[in-house]
Amino acid sequence: MSSARLKQASLWVGCSLLLAACANLGGGGMASKTAEGIPLGASGRHAVQPLPDKPRFGKPMSEADVAPWNIDIRTPDGLGLPPGRGSVAEGRSIYAAKCVACHGPDAKGGAAYQYPAAMFGGIGSMTKVPRILTPGSMYPYAPILFDYIRRAMPMDRPQTLSADEVYALSAYLLNLNGLVPASAVMDAQSLPKVQMPNRDGFIVDDRPDAKAVRCMTNCQ
Amino acid sequence: MSSNASRRDFIRKTAALTGGALAAAGSARAAPLPVPRTNQEPGRIIEETAYGMPSKYEAHVRRRRTDVLKNRQNLSDWSMTPLQHQPGIITPNGLVYERHHAGTPDIDPRTHRLVIHGMVKQPLQFTMDDLVRYPSVSRFHFLECSGNGLTDWLKPASTTVQQTHGLLSGAVWTGVLASTLLEEAGVDPRGKWALLEGADASAHTRSAPMEKMLDDALIVYAMNGEALRPENGYPLRALLPGWEGNISVKWLRRIKVGDQPWHFRSETARYTDPMPQGKWRQFSMLMECKSVITSPSGGQRLKGPGFYEVTGLAWSGAGKVRAVDVSFDGGKNWREAVLEEPVMDKCLTRFKVGWNWDGGPAVLMSRAVDSTGYVQPTVRDLQKTRAIVGFVQHHNAIQPWAVNANGEVRNVIGQA
Repeated sequence: MSSARLKQASLWVGCSLLLAACANLGGGGMASKTAEGIPLGASGRHAVQPLPDKPRFGKPMSEADVAPWNIDIRTPDGLGLPPGRGSVAEGRSIYAAKCVACHGPDAKGGAAYQYPAAMFGGIGSMTKVPRILTPGSMYPYAPILFDYIRRAMPMDRPQTLSADEVYALSAYLLNLNGLVPASAVMDAQSLPKVQMPNRDGFIVDDRPDAKAVRCMTNCQ
Repeated sequence: MSSNASRRDFIRKTAALTGGALAAAGSARAAPLPVPRTNQEPGRIIEETAYGMPSKYEAHVRRRRTDVLKNRQNLSDWSMTPLQHQPGIITPNGLVYERHHAGTPDIDPRTHRLVIHGMVKQPLQFTMDDLVRYPSVSRFHFLECSGNGLTDWLKPASTTVQQTHGLLSGAVWTGVLASTLLEEAGVDPRGKWALLEGADASAHTRSAPMEKMLDDALIVYAMNGEALRPENGYPLRALLPGWEGNISVKWLRRIKVGDQPWHFRSETARYTDPMPQGKWRQFSMLMECKSVITSPSGGQRLKGPGFYEVTGLAWSGAGKVRAVDVSFDGGKNWREAVLEEPVMDKCLTRFKVGWNWDGGPAVLMSRAVDSTGYVQPTVRDLQKTRAIVGFVQHHNAIQPWAVNANGEVRNVIGQA
């Protein structure tokens, strides 16, 4: 087969795939869902410019070279947690040095906070009014502490804490919430094992949840 | 209402209006015309280089932070679009709503990089110069925060439509299809999710289903005919059309492909929706069909009985707006409004309907229907499943505006 015919053939296959995708996405207007049941709201493909040759401008790199940016933790199992360790006691002193200005001396929320945003408490409040939302009451997985503190805290100097410091702060906050003992040390093995009380508090999007009727006269 | 009754009603209202108009004309004749000063002296010269700004007489048309909550810091904060002043379906760039989690960074496009890695054949790095070389797409889409309307659930807290619905904007977005870049990296067939991460001080991150990324997600570098504004993601952002704003990650630096979601703080402790029995609805990204009357709207005052064009915006993350109905009697009777072309997929749509106000109390509402057949619910409809107090996310209920005999327009959400 000549290269021109090859290209033509692959273009045809591409078009068929596109049509199949349209059918899957319900181009007729019905919203489709992912395998997990998440509503996509897909409404069919837009026209795409056909290209004889795909441009390729990305420059190859190695996963090792991505490392300084590769800071995410898959929080249910802790995939991505780095080497290092930190204790509750170490966490308490790092907190006093780097967190106290915003979160307050007793972690009950500081002056910069909009809400009385405590870092602990509220466990058991989900079925009450109001729900008290803290890392202890809300986070379903303990490694969220590591992921979030490392990427976003302290607010005035994020991404400057060492892995040991982040583990120590995670340990301190878990201890404040009564979820680990004062002797606890957090690392890549121990942190994902901490059972969070709100682990089963989530349901996958099950909308549409309202079935309104288009009444025009003498409604209600 | 039967068509006969409707005709009688129209004749009665028209008669009332005619009488009113005659009286008004008698008491307020138009004044004689002085020659304006602007006809008699030269205007400002063209500056050598300038970025045009609105007239100084439009200084009241500004983004505003919430009036309802007292936020003591501005780094994780939001500002709202003045929808009551927006004609058409496009929000000017200086008025597009903002939501940041740790302030607006100033990123040099020469040093900015986008990386795609994880479960791909070949990790890739792109410069901004690389990205603008790809075939571009420009698409009109709305952007709305999942918390839009959060302050006004079962009782009114906000005065104006800027405060009730202003976490909403419309724009034409220009960039590259995310599928173009993902296909170049070669997504592993097991790679069902994509992490999107920002280069801001919150390194804001979300997990997005690969179906959406390969369907209509865009990697955007321009909006409304110019580069993104810093507060809207300069130099690069994601745009997942029809989905809650925060998943369209701004200052986009990294896309990582994985076989399951990451369950970040931003999709567990935040951006989940309180539900009964202490539960939280998760991965609720779709913005469902919604509409709001922008004129007349809360805080405005009608200038006496007579003709008004009632107009507003309708939108749906699940497709196109098919119809909008308007009620003047608190939802008892409805009239279908005219949709102004163009009506586009996952885009703001302008609706209009003429109204002769008879000077009596009225409650105005709009109700949108989208191309999936979904009908915009009332607060009461939503309460059937979201039986909670405090606040809701993804609040897409019908917004009632009450007009009193003085013509004052008030927010009566949850009351009408």
